[in-house]
Amino acid sequence: MAKTWETPQMVQRTGFRSSRVVVYGLLVFFAAVYLLPLLVMLLTSFKPLPEIYAGNMVALPRQWTVEPWLNAWTKACVGLNCNGIKGYFWNSTKMTVPAVVISTGMGLLNGYVLTKWRFRGANVLFGLILFGCFIPFQIVLIPMATFLGRMGIASSTTGLVFVHVVYGLCFTTLYARNYYMAFPDELVKAAMIDGARFFSIFRRVLLPNSGPIIIVTVIWQFTNIWNDFLFGASFSTGESAPMTVALNNVVMTSTGEREYNVHMAAAMIAALPTLMVYVFGGRYFVRGLMAGSVKG
Amino acid sequence: MASLEIHGVKKRFGAQEVLKGIDISVDTGEFLVLVGPSGCGKSTLLNMIAGVDTISEGEIRVAGARVNELHPSERDIAMVFQSYALYPNMTVEQNIGFSMEMHKVPKAERLAAVREVAKILQIEDLLKRRPSQLSGGQRQRVAMGRALVRKPKIFLFDEPLSNLDAHLRVDMRTEIKKLHQRLYATIVYVTHDQIEAMTLATRIAIMRKGELLQLGTPAQIYNRPANTFVAAFMGSPRMSLIPARLVPQGEGLALEIQRGDRPKVSIPLPPQPPAVQAFAGREVIAGLRAEAISNGSRPAGNGNGAQRRAVVDGQVVVLEPTGPDTLVVLNVGGHELTARLEPDLDLRPGDRAEFKLDLTNLVLFDPSTEKLIA
Repeated sequence: MAKTWETPQMVQRTGFRSSRVVVYGLLVFFAAVYLLPLLVMLLTSFKPLPEIYAGNMVALPRQWTVEPWLNAWTKACVGLNCNGIKGYFWNSTKMTVPAVVISTGMGLLNGYVLTKWRFRGANVLFGLILFGCFIPFQIVLIPMATFLGRMGIASSTTGLVFVHVVYGLCFTTLYARNYYMAFPDELVKAAMIDGARFFSIFRRVLLPNSGPIIIVTVIWQFTNIWNDFLFGASFSTGESAPMTVALNNVVMTSTGEREYNVHMAAAMIAALPTLMVYVFGGRYFVRGLMAGSVKG
Repeated sequence: MASLEIHGVKKRFGAQEVLKGIDISVDTGEFLVLVGPSGCGKSTLLNMIAGVDTISEGEIRVAGARVNELHPSERDIAMVFQSYALYPNMTVEQNIGFSMEMHKVPKAERLAAVREVAKILQIEDLLKRRPSQLSGGQRQRVAMGRALVRKPKIFLFDEPLSNLDAHLRVDMRTEIKKLHQRLYATIVYVTHDQIEAMTLATRIAIMRKGELLQLGTPAQIYNRPANTFVAAFMGSPRMSLIPARLVPQGEGLALEIQRGDRPKVSIPLPPQPPAVQAFAGREVIAGLRAEAISNGSRPAGNGNGAQRRAVVDGQVVVLEPTGPDTLVVLNVGGHELTARLEPDLDLRPGDRAEFKLDLTNLVLFDPSTEKLIA
């Protein structure tokens, strides 16, 4: 068997030097291009302010300090209020977590119904839901504001959760539906014969095998909702604003010299949760959880 | 007692009728095999019995009670799927016990029942594994265990062996037959493999394009196929079907075979029933199994009356040794016949020789309807 492995390697070895050098050279170059802003942000956030005004952006801090991070968290001024961004971080969490959970759950349920309990017009309905993915945010701003006002949930976290759930549903339904299309119908039939009904089939058979698509949906929803600025800026005010809006206000608040280190630290804090979701979610994403259900 | 009754069952998808009125009655302890080419509706029929597909028209009864409106789990049936359909997130034990869990059977009782079934199927040491850690044959056993544990009135098998490799398939086929004999269970089994149908069934239902072509014991299907499709579909090698002319000869009838520039071959027939006699002077399709043809040294078939035999002159076209036999394609009167002869023949392609025909199981079909003349 070893013989069969030699041939492709032999083929690759010819012209190894020139092509490999070019490939790796380009990879390193583009990695550097993408990482440079992050590096500058990180370095700046650990520098004292005079050092930033004095010198080189990419130089290492001569004096490392975590002061900017602490300031961003507890003291930075958001508008007239100088209590740091911690309250807004909590706002974003209160908005994002329920919105992600609800939209993912409903999307999975939609996908389940659209693929395993097919009804007349299921495809048309799915097409309409899909259509929702292409509606730009700006178009719905005014109708949504009116609607939230009438519902009595304007300028509240509940209102934002509602907006994000409605917008996210199109995407979560799309993902779940396409995933469940490939889910063997025979498993559902077997569960029916075994005596499971609508929700027990979903809970006992589909959900435990939906790991990859749950991770994908959660990553997508979490990133979009946490990073959203437009809805946050439009449908929230002052103390109830999410992190992104607060970050903007921190940077825009101009009293005296600009505290770049604090701004960078605040931005890093704002970006951390999505980064964590990627780091933890990515691992599960690659696992093939469907192995062994059917032959292959 | 009739365990399963299917009355005028139809299935429509929109305007398309995929099952055109099926009537089958299965007694307790019978092994019914639904066989036919893909798209014939056999799996749809099975799904309708199981309750995972709706019935457009007609009625299905299990043990005398109408089940049309019943949920699959209330029909007292169990099903083994082609893909096994094991729940990948559960262990073997949980897979087998799932139906009892859904029916809220106490845990101790459930585990005892799972153990018992595992013992029958010899999978006791696999109970803690997940389906992904099992081989194809082991998964097959677990799938059967999941059906067995429910002690249903009817077992439904949907092409359960077609995902196994050839060797294992034959072993599992024997296992299923043993299981049937041991449990004396009523089984409805879907397959497209005619050998599986012949070996397993107590009765076979052959379907094509949503219609039931013939329902009978394997022997009836094999020896008296209802039409040319059944004749060609069942049995390997295929039954030779030859266009011929039925002519009066002396007191009885004879078959004349002739095509192209070959000389006419005449085969005198044993006494025939009136339906065949009515065809005298007309074209027919004659069907003859490969084992009904023999060469000089081996007597053909089991017919012992001399009048049931005939001798024809044939030319060897191709020899196909299979091990226990040699399949010989002969040219008789311009048409090709397949004969199953002994392994060590001194025949070569092109040789001319005399061959004996055993006409006991000769079947004649009407060329216009392709139906058996009987």
